[in-house]
Amino acid sequence: MAIKILNLIIVLFVPFLMLGIIKKTKAFWGGRYGAPVLQPLYDFVKLMKKDFVISKTTSGIFRITPVIVIASALFAALFVPLASSSAIINIPAGFIIFAYILGLSKFFSLIGAMDTGSSFEGMGASREACFTTIVEPAFFMLLASIMALSGNYTFDALSKIIENSGNYGILICIFALIALFIMILTEGSRVPVDDPATHLELTMIHEVMILDNSAADLALITWASGIKMLLLSSLIAAIVIPQGLPQWIAVLAYLALMFIISVIIGTIESATARIRMSHVFEFIFVMSSFALVVLALVVARMFGG
Amino acid sequence: MNWIKTKNNTKINLNEIPSLDIDTLRDEIIKLNKRPVGFFGKEWGEGSTRLFVILADDENSDLYVSSCIFDADEKGYESLTQTIPSFHVFEREFYEQFGIKPLNHPWLKPLRSHKKEYKFFEMEGEEVHQVAVGPIHAGVIEPGHFRFMCNGETVYHLEIMLGYQNRGVEKLMVEYPTNQLAESICGDSVIAHNLAYSKVMECLKDVKVSKRAQLIRTMALEMERAAIHIGDLGAIAGDIAYLMGASVFGATRTLVINTMLEFSGSRFGRGLINVGGVNFDIDNEKIERATKTLTKVEKDVDRMVKTMLKNSSVMSRLEKTGTVSTEKALEIGLVGMAARACGVNLDSRFDFADECFKSLALPRKLFKGKGDVNSRFKLRYQETMESLSIAKRILDMLKNGYKEEVLNTEQNALSANSMAISIVEGWRGEVVHIALTDMNANLSRYKIKDPSFNNWYGLALAVRNNGVSDFPLCNKSFNLSYCGNDL
Repeated sequence: MAIKILNLIIVLFVPFLMLGIIKKTKAFWGGRYGAPVLQPLYDFVKLMKKDFVISKTTSGIFRITPVIVIASALFAALFVPLASSSAIINIPAGFIIFAYILGLSKFFSLIGAMDTGSSFEGMGASREACFTTIVEPAFFMLLASIMALSGNYTFDALSKIIENSGNYGILICIFALIALFIMILTEGSRVPVDDPATHLELTMIHEVMILDNSAADLALITWASGIKMLLLSSLIAAIVIPQGLPQWIAVLAYLALMFIISVIIGTIESATARIRMSHVFEFIFVMSSFALVVLALVVARMFGG
Repeated sequence: MNWIKTKNNTKINLNEIPSLDIDTLRDEIIKLNKRPVGFFGKEWGEGSTRLFVILADDENSDLYVSSCIFDADEKGYESLTQTIPSFHVFEREFYEQFGIKPLNHPWLKPLRSHKKEYKFFEMEGEEVHQVAVGPIHAGVIEPGHFRFMCNGETVYHLEIMLGYQNRGVEKLMVEYPTNQLAESICGDSVIAHNLAYSKVMECLKDVKVSKRAQLIRTMALEMERAAIHIGDLGAIAGDIAYLMGASVFGATRTLVINTMLEFSGSRFGRGLINVGGVNFDIDNEKIERATKTLTKVEKDVDRMVKTMLKNSSVMSRLEKTGTVSTEKALEIGLVGMAARACGVNLDSRFDFADECFKSLALPRKLFKGKGDVNSRFKLRYQETMESLSIAKRILDMLKNGYKEEVLNTEQNALSANSMAISIVEGWRGEVVHIALTDMNANLSRYKIKDPSFNNWYGLALAVRNNGVSDFPLCNKSFNLSYCGNDL
């Protein structure tokens, strides 16, 4: 029970830390001191206190979007194994619920953006929708393959890849990790797919969709995208952190892994340029192809003798 | 004689300028077929207007001047743009300022004025959409409206509507001709505009400037070029989300402008140049410090650019983005850095060199540009390195000799009934200042041409068939001035 409560606390607070660490890493590589690691949390508190500015062209959809986005992020968190435990709601095929709850949040953020009537936000929504159509099938293919391997259709299968797949285990792990990492970059709107730091509306994807959101709405959406990043990182943790560790060591390992992932994201953002918009698909297709490789390996393992 | 031939920084008597009728002038312009640097009107008594045309022969460093008088009832003429497209902005400006219509002009839209409605081109189709950006932008940028006609992510056409910064500088210059005003024409070309203004005034006043002052001016111009180029290299890196480049170039640019701060008390060189010379001399202690700083800047820029050019993710963004072909560049009359990046060999530092620049005997490096963002990036790098080395060389010359007064305070009144033209190569391209005086030796017309005036249309051509998300990158690679265009 205690560990489940700890997990809830992690879901609520670690996303801010991850965002803060990414920014700190970028500042480090840029030769700056940077803002405090807790700055995203301070910003959250500041935004919560502000007054709303709401465009007259918007309808109720725009108003409920932030609430749906944060609610679905928190709800999705219940289905994902976090630090040293199974998911809080650990049911077979939970990953399908997980994916579609996030899909719901995506759907509302798309129509919420289009609701503003701004040509920028429509453009951002169309880009986001495009990328999602590639990411989603790849995600299903990846997880379904891994789960088919162990015959266990809960997220617990992720931690049992090695024991279920013998010689292929390491390969499956590596390909699955890279595919998931690309998914984090895409869904978290990070470089090289998107640039969270830019002020240029024409180049934005995720940021441009929330241009009209202010105050608590903006705070909730930012928080939700942090949570989403944490949840996807947790899938990586489920694969990497071995089972059967003492609980507190597993929790520490989990937190350390979140730290490492944030630093890696920050470093990538510092050292590479963003991909040209028309080539982003090719980058995301890398995820699809890696998911296919995992599927092929699983097929080989199950039927190939 | 249908033309009078003159040189850069030379005074001519207004009476010597031929006055033709418009049809002859039109034929003459087409026959001569040189690059326009001035095409402006002036009230000429009783409601008539005199049109002055100045063409540049870059190969021989000659300027051709002619004119034509429109009577009060003459309200139109056959436009030159039909034959020579590079006249298109000049004719639009002339029409806007004096109401004399260039007939059959293909693009007779307002240039600066917002009194008339600006009619954008429209495209129709199921997947076609328009994106309107500005006039207020994110970040600290000047106002300007951009209208994209897109099909999905591809830009078919961009129209740029400016004029939000129109302050009536040309009129102000006639009323209050001061260095301070000249410096404020365009905030990132302080030295270039102030230098052009000072040279025009020195021409009209017959003021001699000491060699030391001329050297300091040339050095300041090169430092401005280096500083802005480095800043823009950083901005290009920032636009493609290459953080390291943005940070390093940002820091090195500061070193250059802080050196300027030591020289003149302003990071952008405000207050440095004055009619008759410069306001501040540079002592040897400052020279040594500056030389050290500039050497460090040279090293840092060199290293960072080389790192960037080796990074494949950077190169894939820069190469083949925002291409303007050489033919297009010549046709629409691009000038300066943007033209050189397209392979047009145009540099008024060499084409219209003043005696100080000539005495440095610098080799002219040619740049084989392809007209894309990558070419502009590399050209800016090459020019930065050149400018830094010129600045260092001049600092060395100042240390060892030329111990003279830097400001000539003995100044005559303006010459009456004259015209002077001064062309200075700012970092963006040629800055042209033209001053006319009346019979009473007062300024009667002041004409300014910033390189942005020619080049905005180049940006519109550059983004065609590019992704709409590449527009900011193309824009930064040109980095044109809004207020320089709007005046």
